[in-house]
Amino acid sequence: MKSDFQLLADELMTQVQGQEVLLLNFNGEETDFVRFNHSRVRQPGHVHQRYLSMELIDGERHAAANLTLGGGRHCVNGQDQSQDHPQATDVLKLLRERLVELPEDPHLLYSVAPLSTEIEGEDGLPAVEDVVDQVVAAGEGRDLVGIHAQGGIYRGFANSLGQRNWSATHSFNLDWSFYHQADKAVKCGYAGVDWQADEFRTHVDRALEQLTVLEGEPKTISAGRYRVYLSPVALADYVGVLNWGGFGLKSHRTKQSSLLRMVTDGVRLHDSVTLRDNTAEGVAPNFQSEGFVKPDSVTLIDAGAHADCLVSPRSAREYGVEPNGAGAGEGASCLDLAAGDVPMAEVLAHLDTGVWINNVHYLNYSDRPACRITGMTRFACFWVEGGQIVAPINVMRFDESLYRVLGENLIGLTCERQMILDSGTYGGRGSTSARFPGALVEDFNFNL
Amino acid sequence: MSEMVEQHFAALKPAVDFCSLRLVSRQDEAIEVRQDILQPVETAHDTGVMITVVDGGGLGYAATSDLSLSGLGNALERATGWARRTAATAVVDHGKVARPSPVGEYACDIEQAWQERPLGERIDLARGECGRLKTDDRIVDWSASLWWIAEEHLYLTADGGRTQQRFEYLIPGLSVTANEGGETVCRRFGGFDLGRQGGLEILDDVRFYDHAPVIADEVLRLLAAPNCPTGTMDLLLDPDQMYLQIHESIGHPLELDRILGDERNYAGTSFVTLDMLGSYRYGSELLNITFDPTITDEFATYAWDDDGVAADKQYIIRDGILERGLGGTTSQMRADQPGVANSRACSWNRPPIDRMANLNLEPGTSSLQELIGAVENGIYMKRNLSWSIDDSRNKFQFGCEHGQMIRDGELAEVVKKPNYNGISATFWRSLKGVGSADLFEVLGTPFCGKGEPNQVIRVGHASPPALFADVDVFGGE
Repeated sequence: MKSDFQLLADELMTQVQGQEVLLLNFNGEETDFVRFNHSRVRQPGHVHQRYLSMELIDGERHAAANLTLGGGRHCVNGQDQSQDHPQATDVLKLLRERLVELPEDPHLLYSVAPLSTEIEGEDGLPAVEDVVDQVVAAGEGRDLVGIHAQGGIYRGFANSLGQRNWSATHSFNLDWSFYHQADKAVKCGYAGVDWQADEFRTHVDRALEQLTVLEGEPKTISAGRYRVYLSPVALADYVGVLNWGGFGLKSHRTKQSSLLRMVTDGVRLHDSVTLRDNTAEGVAPNFQSEGFVKPDSVTLIDAGAHADCLVSPRSAREYGVEPNGAGAGEGASCLDLAAGDVPMAEVLAHLDTGVWINNVHYLNYSDRPACRITGMTRFACFWVEGGQIVAPINVMRFDESLYRVLGENLIGLTCERQMILDSGTYGGRGSTSARFPGALVEDFNFNL
Repeated sequence: MSEMVEQHFAALKPAVDFCSLRLVSRQDEAIEVRQDILQPVETAHDTGVMITVVDGGGLGYAATSDLSLSGLGNALERATGWARRTAATAVVDHGKVARPSPVGEYACDIEQAWQERPLGERIDLARGECGRLKTDDRIVDWSASLWWIAEEHLYLTADGGRTQQRFEYLIPGLSVTANEGGETVCRRFGGFDLGRQGGLEILDDVRFYDHAPVIADEVLRLLAAPNCPTGTMDLLLDPDQMYLQIHESIGHPLELDRILGDERNYAGTSFVTLDMLGSYRYGSELLNITFDPTITDEFATYAWDDDGVAADKQYIIRDGILERGLGGTTSQMRADQPGVANSRACSWNRPPIDRMANLNLEPGTSSLQELIGAVENGIYMKRNLSWSIDDSRNKFQFGCEHGQMIRDGELAEVVKKPNYNGISATFWRSLKGVGSADLFEVLGTPFCGKGEPNQVIRVGHASPPALFADVDVFGGE
């Protein structure tokens, strides 16, 4: 796929005229998706998709278009040519015509310092049929539901200034649940680049152990404030809501950031809270669509104090600061919360009496300026008494400010952290990740 | 292009029990003017094919953007391979699912075509409204947007079925944000909730040009308003919140694939079980919910779903009693229940699943004044801002942009950050007033997410305002 993209890029760059600059972004994948329900196959299939985004710039004017590529190459007049060449050439002509209809853009910014990078991951994936057999076997006599996705994910960038970036990864992501009954289930995930049957079996066995705990009579707790433990997955989901306008420079300058009070009112989080967008240790490409290469890390909250924003090229130009590799949405792709000092083995003892929350669901701001976030407990969550898991709980709604969860009410973060790979597949397979510890929190508000 | 794809499909002659091809060709143009500056105009042309094969009781699909004969041949081979490989472990015998071979064409009504207006004029439509939003220094961000989508769907079956459907959609939006110190509030019109089928005539239909001064004024009133009080009170919801209430607490729990468990690992399950279909009291006698693909300008109107099943209007809840779920032919067979033609895919690269399409609250008889007049102590909420509901679609909490107290049958002061919560299984039984047909508004969102692999799709919801008794209401901090 890389050579197809580069051939097409080379062909298109020869058509750039005068002072024009052409930016190309390539996004492709070859994925097998197999969906399961009741330990059987619900929908199996394959997706081959290739998209090209073309942006033509002339001075301060620019026009962009996205198109689908078929892929492949053929011989034209004795020369190797991309099969997508005619279509892409037509689009380039259309963009040139459109440029004259568009006004100058005072916020246009793109990288003019070519910096080429390349990541070419090895394809060590197993035969997908073997994985399906293993999953079906693991579900035999049980109620397994979920999805397996595996295959190559490809991202490319090229511009007429000579920059070339490429990222190819070959990965799998099995995201599933074992159900006991109704809404009581254990959520599981096994993702990576090298499928190991033994490791999968270990994940299954661990999940089945937890499933036995769910067989107890569920407890319904009353609304009120409780001491809770948020697992790394739950905490990552909760803090991840900040990606909706919490971190971006634009949201700060337009006073819409949910972290605004950290700037305007000097609100601080707990000293142990250091949050970064840690590109170097994530799995997302380290370049963005205007050609800027991301720094290894951007510190967003430093020892409880607000630090940097994520800055897209447009925001950089609009507000007169340097960009730091963010995309247009100014969200983090590799959110990383520093570890704390509570050993995982001591969490139950610290929790003593309260709620162990493994998973949360359907989060949203209920009061953005107060950074108050509502959501639901989900899957395997437990009532704990005297440092012992006593019973699964029925789902509860929470509504609580992050300023309290990671501020005055934070008891501690765990020493151990978990790497969480995005299983999202809207439009294409996701490449974001998060690395989080768990958190012990006092007076966490359940309201329904 | 569609002719070429048809020729290729005919040439493939698949030797399987059933084979279909679904071609989706989509064009997008998104225009946004923010703070009076045109943002990058986003245009896209996305075309691809999904081939679905049923063979030996198994089902497989393969989607490809390679529309050459060899590309489609490869897709057919992959789909066939998946069908045969998983036939013995499939969740259902797909060979027993009825698969029609429909023939026909459908096109949505267009009075003023988007593409017939020059780009500069399309931009000026948004620029003009953006320029009317900044009325005060406390307004710190403002924008106007127009998002146009055109789609052509070609559905072919190897045994002679052929349907062609053409749709155009327009999603207008206005947004204004005001700030003072650490407090920020926003007011919006459209964007998330106001998609319709048709051309530029939609802008007149929804009075796009009337709303800029209204929301600019309202956002400043909100900034100065007190927080919504806490208490149990009557709740009057405008259509731009009703669409979300219907969507989350009626639409999703009634999707048959959720009830059958397909979504339990992702979007969730349902508090509704199959034995409740046909008898369960979902709401008060004022509650009449229809699956209605016949309202021509509603977002998810179509003639056939993505399994080729003809779509028609069906009552889902009548006089408060649940009559049927929302599921296509595969789910209907699995559940042994009637359903609707709602097997839909978000694009060529995702397989069809049960989606709610157009799901509407049928009008009642009350005027807006009668609804307000019936409230002794309550609140009137407008425009959804926050939404969250549990995985069984029962415990919900929603927030709105604009609240206005009602006392002794009269509208009183404006309040900010109004939120309310409840439980679906009982909430609709407190429905005590439904607005009349002249208050019925056709809305819809382009952002309904569901499915593994994930799909975001358009759904339509039309509703009048509605009044609920004794709801838990609260505000911000």
